[in-house]
Amino acid sequence: MIEVVSAARCVTCDICIRVCPTDVFERGADGVPVIARQGDCQTCFMCEAHCPADALYVAPFADPVPPGSPHADEDVLGAALGEYRRLVGWGGGRTPGSRLDKNHLFTRRLRS
Amino acid sequence: MTDLTADVFVAGGGPAGAWAAIKAAEAGASVVLADKGYLGTSGATASGGTGVWYVEPDPAAREAAMASRESLGGHLADRDWMARVLDQTYANMREIAEISRYPFPEDADGRQIRRGLQGPEYMRRMRVRVRRSGVRILDHSPVTELLADASGAVAGAAGHRLRADEPFRVRAGAVVLATGGCAFLSKALGCDVNTGDGALFAAEAGAELSGMEFSNAYAIAPAFTSVTKTAFYSFATFYHQDGSVLEGAGSRRGRSVIARTLLREPVLCRIDRATEDERRAMRLAQPNFFLPFDRQGIDPFRDLFPVTLLAEGTVRGTGGIRIAGNDCSTSVPGLFAAGDAATRELICGGFTGGGSHNSAWAMSSGTWAGQGAARYAAGLGGRAGTRTVRALGEAGIRPSRADGSGPGHREVVAAVQAQVLPYDKNYLRHGDRLAPALDVLDAAWRDLRATLRADGADGVRARSAAAMAAHARWMYRAALARTETRGMHKREDRPGQDPAQHHRLVTGGLDEVWNRPETPVPAVAS
Repeated sequence: MIEVVSAARCVTCDICIRVCPTDVFERGADGVPVIARQGDCQTCFMCEAHCPADALYVAPFADPVPPGSPHADEDVLGAALGEYRRLVGWGGGRTPGSRLDKNHLFTRRLRS
Repeated sequence: MTDLTADVFVAGGGPAGAWAAIKAAEAGASVVLADKGYLGTSGATASGGTGVWYVEPDPAAREAAMASRESLGGHLADRDWMARVLDQTYANMREIAEISRYPFPEDADGRQIRRGLQGPEYMRRMRVRVRRSGVRILDHSPVTELLADASGAVAGAAGHRLRADEPFRVRAGAVVLATGGCAFLSKALGCDVNTGDGALFAAEAGAELSGMEFSNAYAIAPAFTSVTKTAFYSFATFYHQDGSVLEGAGSRRGRSVIARTLLREPVLCRIDRATEDERRAMRLAQPNFFLPFDRQGIDPFRDLFPVTLLAEGTVRGTGGIRIAGNDCSTSVPGLFAAGDAATRELICGGFTGGGSHNSAWAMSSGTWAGQGAARYAAGLGGRAGTRTVRALGEAGIRPSRADGSGPGHREVVAAVQAQVLPYDKNYLRHGDRLAPALDVLDAAWRDLRATLRADGADGVRARSAAAMAAHARWMYRAALARTETRGMHKREDRPGQDPAQHHRLVTGGLDEVWNRPETPVPAVAS
């Protein structure tokens, strides 16, 4: 589930609010999105891929993490914020991940 | 209130809806598309990655592709439809390459390899093309019901705009339902928007469903996560908690062994049968597959990790709205269906073709439904926006009693999930367990039909809850009616295939659910 919106990194572009398929975010008073409906998060990682500021972190669990979890601690997570965007290959100077797709290699083995 | 008119209205912004909107617009129709979430991130495709049933137009290769799944699907697919889908998919993939400039990988000779699509990239580009086609997109705007004219022809849809918290209505010449299948809020990757809403709308308009017994798809995921990618587990070995091998367990054959074991004890897994090349290929094929592992510090190739099975219902099952014509029309005038909202039996029979068949079906059926809807709307000769319409919604929106007591949408969802998620009810099917489950669901339906109702965003949830309840009842009624094992529908009490049931099963009805055999499909050796 979405666990971290980094106020330090956020550029208040509203993209995450706009693209979340389950409408999890609301705009906070300072413009930084707040996780208003975490229970609706389906852990699809799409917000993290679309965030241009690497300000989001989706923990890999289908339920909220307990208090004190490193998965909700921006300082511990560091470079993990926005990592999925890097893997998808979005952002300036990156190669689209689809260009590197090797799906056909192992689907060939699966068919054999 | 947003009040619009259009020639064609498309419900759903996954690949099927996007293709329908583009093709309707290319045919000259004015188009409005509404999605529950956001066209570009919504649905089972956007957050994942998928192979595509893409086969070069070489007769021998096409023949092999069509023959390969016929037996698995219980010989319920149709060769003419398979051939049409292979042709249309081939053409659409060229458009994805040439118009959307999708960055396909290339082989050593620099030729594009067009046999797969990564969801985020594919759907981001589809959104761009939909917008450039002049389609008006309403994001975060779940449809809650269809509208019909005096003759019963579908004439638009209504719903709720979540961000503005206001209702919307679109009067249209024709409607395409591309709302996806139903995964019962199981948290399977990207599927929580897929609550079977379109099937409920279609049934309220009088349309039929088909193949609802083929609705017991379950996908492997690391326990406590959402990330389903069953294909990768073909390289896995499954283990008991003490580290001994779980005999007979597997991704393709032997998933039922995993389900049966999970009823008693945890199942562990390790992806230990992939070569170094295959490991690298997996990472590049669907990067989010590795997020749950990397972020937990698990090396899935070396470490044992617990797995679960997440219900994918009719998202990867093959049941859905029955298709009545080559243009993906339904039996109701003005209503078309595409993608996972529609039955995929025509190309898969009773066994999920996995992502590759579904993605080919989504782009093909979306194309035909969009074109068909545009033609139908043009045939109305400009009357589309002037007809007097009435709203068709019933359960969850217009209860038969209005005293306000009774279960809320959360209770309804929990009650439905308790009957459709457990492996020993839906996956490992037996008449002795299906029948009481259906009784519970029928009782839940009677309760919600009488009283369930809410406003605004909660009204949307109430409708989705009603749709899930309806879906579950169609599934189990059909599963009880098919007293044999065929395709993915495996009955422990009816283990054999019965030649007398070599036909599709049509299902329909809301307060009273019914079944009938479809006219038998043309004879194929079985």
